[in-house]
Parts: sequence; C-alpha cells; structure tokens
Amino acid sequence: MRILPTRGRPVRAAAVLVVAGLALAGCGSRVGDSGASGSPATSCVDTSGSTVKVGFLNSLSGTMAISEKTVHDSLMLAADQINASGGVLGKKLQVVTEDGASEPTIFAEKATKLISSDCTAAVFGGWTSSSRKAMLPVFEGANSLLFYPVQYEGLEASPNIFYTGATTNQQIVPALDYLKQKGVKSVFLVGSDYVFPRTANKEIKAYAKANGIEVKGEEYAPLGYTDFTTIVNKVKSAGADAVFNTLNGDSNVAFFKEYRNAGLTPAAMPVISVSIAEEEINGIGLDNVVGQLTAWNYYQTIDSPKNTAFVQAFKAKYGQNRVTSDPMEAAYTSLFLWKAIVEKAKSFKTDDIRKAAGGVSYDAPEGTVTVNGENHHIAKTALIGKVGPDSLIHTVWSSGAPIEPDPFLKNYDWAKGLTG
Amino acid sequence: MQALFSQLVAGLSLGSVLLLAALGLALTFGQMGVINMAHGEFMMAGAYTAFVAQGLIADAGTSLLLAIPLGFLVGGVMGVILEATLICRMYHRPLDTLLVTWGVSLILQQAARDIFGAPNVEVRAPSWLSGGVNIGVTQVPAARLFILVLAVVAVAGLSLLLKTTPLGRRIRGVVQNRDLAETVGVSTRRTDRLTFFIGSGLAGIAGVALTLLGSTGPTLGSSYIVDAFLVVVAGGIGQIKGAVIAAFGLGLLQASFEFSTTASIAKVMVFVVVVVFLQIRPQGIFSLRTRSLA
Repeated sequence: MRILPTRGRPVRAAAVLVVAGLALAGCGSRVGDSGASGSPATSCVDTSGSTVKVGFLNSLSGTMAISEKTVHDSLMLAADQINASGGVLGKKLQVVTEDGASEPTIFAEKATKLISSDCTAAVFGGWTSSSRKAMLPVFEGANSLLFYPVQYEGLEASPNIFYTGATTNQQIVPALDYLKQKGVKSVFLVGSDYVFPRTANKEIKAYAKANGIEVKGEEYAPLGYTDFTTIVNKVKSAGADAVFNTLNGDSNVAFFKEYRNAGLTPAAMPVISVSIAEEEINGIGLDNVVGQLTAWNYYQTIDSPKNTAFVQAFKAKYGQNRVTSDPMEAAYTSLFLWKAIVEKAKSFKTDDIRKAAGGVSYDAPEGTVTVNGENHHIAKTALIGKVGPDSLIHTVWSSGAPIEPDPFLKNYDWAKGLTG
Repeated sequence: MQALFSQLVAGLSLGSVLLLAALGLALTFGQMGVINMAHGEFMMAGAYTAFVAQGLIADAGTSLLLAIPLGFLVGGVMGVILEATLICRMYHRPLDTLLVTWGVSLILQQAARDIFGAPNVEVRAPSWLSGGVNIGVTQVPAARLFILVLAVVAVAGLSLLLKTTPLGRRIRGVVQNRDLAETVGVSTRRTDRLTFFIGSGLAGIAGVALTLLGSTGPTLGSSYIVDAFLVVVAGGIGQIKGAVIAAFGLGLLQASFEFSTTASIAKVMVFVVVVVFLQIRPQGIFSLRTRSLA
C-alpha cells in the first residue's frame, strides 16, 4: 500500500528483467527435485532433508523499516510456533531473512536470491505496492510463491502471489458503508500524493456519487510532507461531515497535530483512516488521535481465544509494551495459511499449492479466513474501529461475516468504468 | 478576509519553521561553505533530546524548556565531533564533504533506529501549547506561535553574538578573509570549530521545536534538509538577514500557492520561483562583499 517514490521506470524495468533472467539461469543450473512438467522454470527447492527453507523479505533498514520490522517480528513468531508443533509435512522451517532496504529494486534482487540461491519454498513479505510490483515478475518468471501481507489498492491478481491483506472491497468500501449508515452526507478526502490514495479516492468518489454523498474537497500532500496548516484550513472551511484519510507514514503525525490544534474534534468532524494501526498511535500521540476512526480487518482488542493467544505469545517473545496490528496479523496468518495449503496439497511445489489453495481456511486471530482460489486473495471480515484512551483500537462496527475478495470491484455497479 | 488572514498566519508560521531549520545551516554552509548533509540529523538528535528529556522529567512544559538548551548542546557536540573527525580534513574538497556527510547522515538515521526503535516516538506538547490563541479574526495554534517566537529569539541571539562578541568578530573576520585573519593571530581552526558548534547547535534547537508540529522519528531531519538549503541559497550565502527574508518569503509563497492550488503543485511552484530568482540574481537576496577571490 505504501508506495515510495521510485527511480525512473526504465531503470527499474531493466533491473527487473536482469534479475528475472538471473533467476531462470540460477534455477536451471541447480540439481532440482521437481522436474515439474510444463512450468517455465525448474525449482531448486530441496525437500529431501528434515527441514525446508522459507524466505522472509522485509525492509529492516530505510524509511519503511518502521512498519516492516513489525511484520518480520510476527513472521518469526509464526515460524517458531510452527516449528514447535512439528513443522510442515514433518519438516522444520529454516528461515532465511533478507533486508529489502525500502527499495523496490532491492526487493526484486533479494527475491531472486531467495528463490534461486537459497532455494526457499515460499517467500513472505513486501509492504509498499512498488515493492510488490517489482517482485511480481521475479516470482512469475521463476514460478515461485510470494505471500504479501498488507492491504493495498486492489486491481491485481497474480498466480504467484497470495494477498493476505485486505483489498479495496474489504476495507475502503466497508468504511464508506459505515459512514453512510452513520448519516454522513459529505466527506473531505485527504491523502498522500501517490498511487494508493489517488486510486482509493477515485473509488471513493464513484461510491459517493452513487450514494448521494457530497465530496467537499480533495487534497494531496507529498509523501513525508509535514506542514498541514493550509490543508487543515481548507478542511475546516469546507465543513464536511467527515474526513477520509489516506495519508501515509509520518504525514499522519503532522496532520493530526494540526487538526487538533485547529480545534477540530472527532465529535464534530471525525477522521476515518486506512493507514493508522496500533503501532502508529504512540508516534502520533494519543491525545491527537483519540476518538478517531480506522478501517482494518484486525485489532489487538479482538476478543477471541485465538487472538488472546496470539497477542500473549507476541508480547512474551518481544516485550509487554509491544502491540499487534493488522499487517502483523496478516503476515502471521499468511505463514499458517501456507502451511495449511501445503498440507492439503501434500507438496511444496508451486503448481500443487496453486491447485490446492482454493477454499483452504484458517482460524486466524482476526477470525476465520478462506483463500479464494481464483484471485488468491482471502475472505476477511471488515472492522471499523475507534481509537480508545488505552492507545488501542476498539471495534465499533463489523461486517459480521467475511467478505469475499473482489480486487477488481466486479460486483459493484458504481465501480463500472473505474477498473477498465 | 478570514481565509486571507489565516493563510498569512500559516505562511509566517511555515516561514518561522523554515528559518529555524535553516539558521544553523546559514552559519555552517553560508558562512563556512561546508555542505553538511548531516545537518538534518542534528535536528533529529535535538528532537530525540526532547523525547529523552520528557522521559526524565514528567512535566511536559519543564522538559520542553529544558530540552532547548540541551538540544543545542547535543547538536553542537555532534557537530564538533563531525567537524573534528571528518570535515576538517576536506575543507578544500566540497564534493567529498557532500558525499561523506551524506553517508554520516545515513549512519545517524540507522543509529537512531537502533537506539530508539524504528517507530516514531511521541513527544507530548505541554498543555499551554496544545490549544489555540485568538488573534483578531483567526485562531493561531499556540505551538506555532511558540515556534515563531523561538525563531525570532534565535535570530536575535545569533546576530547579537556575531555583531557584539569577540567570537562573533572572529567568525566574521574568518569568513571575510581567512588568510588575513590568520595573519593577525586569529586561530581559524578554533573559530571554524566554534562556528560549527553554534550552527549544529541551532539545528538541535530546531529539532526540539519540530517535535511540536510533526513526527519524531529517524527521518525527521531528511524532510527539512532540502528546504533548509533552499532558504540559504535563496537568501544569499554568508548573510543571516538573507536567510530570514528568504525563509519568510518562501513560507508565504508556499502557503499562498497551496491555498490556491495543491500542496504538491505549491512545492513545484516555489522551486520554480527560486530557480527563476536565482537566474536573475545568482548571488541570492543579499551577497557578502569580501576581498577573497572565492
């Protein structure tokens, strides 16, 4: 979801081509166990021993480290738990960690290394959409698997990627449904200036038009922008019923501080955010964000035995002051989903996994999730939350049942013409 | 009318933030000619000083006021260490300085991540700074007023220092003619180091102030460094008053462009204005007449 400015497209495309080429060459030169017919590349995954390798590819340095480190932590927890309970198909997981360094080209390089040199059975990670887009051709070229754990802007479905975060119809559409249900007649859109907020706002405007909600304004701030005086002035004078916030990263801090300093309150003009989770609240400052709304599929406060166990295990491993958030839970879930699919397929091979994936369910901390065999997204329950005085987010509305993923918004009439 | 006034206040406020961020740079880059890319990380160090101070002293007001001199000291000491270990070896190689200090800035960012953790930390604003102050037709956030006052005080303090103290005279002497200053017995090495201490210290103060507005994280400084250089270049090398006028000018421009267009377009337009301005007046708003040939 969070896309950082990238270098020129030709450079990146060339780099991807080069690494994709290396991937093919690297795999071919190894003694493989697969010999899978019809697949464009042979895999070098070694499943003959008592262990199987998996790759964790997250940014442990650079601007995205702030978010991706937490995802890496929960992946490690999941690996520990799987190993403690006997591994996958009787084989212990051997984790290979690589640092994507917040740079899409490095994600593509490291993905190639994990696939062709480390011979991992599957790779878990990525955060920004640009990192995912850079890795996509690598995984498709080598016919290997990526599990991507973050909500994103939709409009994608790769046979080699499983998306365990929300797509638009599981996060943004329910958020709008909630606002409409609450009698919101007008919204103001504030977002960071890149593809995710602009795509999301296009969808929001189509929804608003179809549902009689007035869009009173639309403002974008460059990524990392820190002076929101003017934007907040505009929001204030427009006087909408609510603000839909797709700002990313540090800008949220400056925005909410300014919002509060300008005398705007959640009671008078609530802000609903799609990029603020438990992890971000302390950085923004609880006073600045308390009472505001968020849209996700998981909150630490979910009251279920499964989630209680997850939160307790996470705190026991990393410290009592740590919190769990939606992307972390989605990453944790992704490893267990992979395990469930592999056990159903009784194979670590990509083609077998793809065939077996449809309909596989896992009782995740967020509730039961099910893989959609067609688009490789998962059915998730949408939750609207409110930031409480305890720095955690509490559910105020739930979609009740898991929502089937619809990354191209095919089943929504108002979205016709958006997705081409 | 009210919108106009609000935007005027927004512009002045943005200008004061820019000024605070650029003031130290006006000294180290403007006066000494050192391109210090790690200047932003001294701001970050100042911001984390405010965070640590708040951890030690619970009262947000006291800790903030205490963090200002502490931030100055932390930024200054880091600056002196950088100057004494690296920059002093490459005074005549500006491009090397650029690359080396950029490397240092990356190291400092990662160090902050390792020490304080990757997520942003919270510096609570004292209660007397979290509301707004009514000025005629509009309301000004108290935190922004505080930063405006702090910027004015910092500029006044710096000009007093440069104009009236022996150290200030030595600094000006070294800037105007290094060789002659050396000939009459001024230790230019010591003067350089002290100038760098003050310039980096001002970055520390800016960092403390910025915790009131934005996020306190490892990349706090990098979001201000380009704007700070822009202010110094537009203001004219070697002049504090140039930086003052440039900072408020750019702040007002940004706020008025942003009101009529969008934040991204406003940034572009400000850059265009500065580029065009530098075509007409390459030396900036003010230029320092010196006898050196450089």
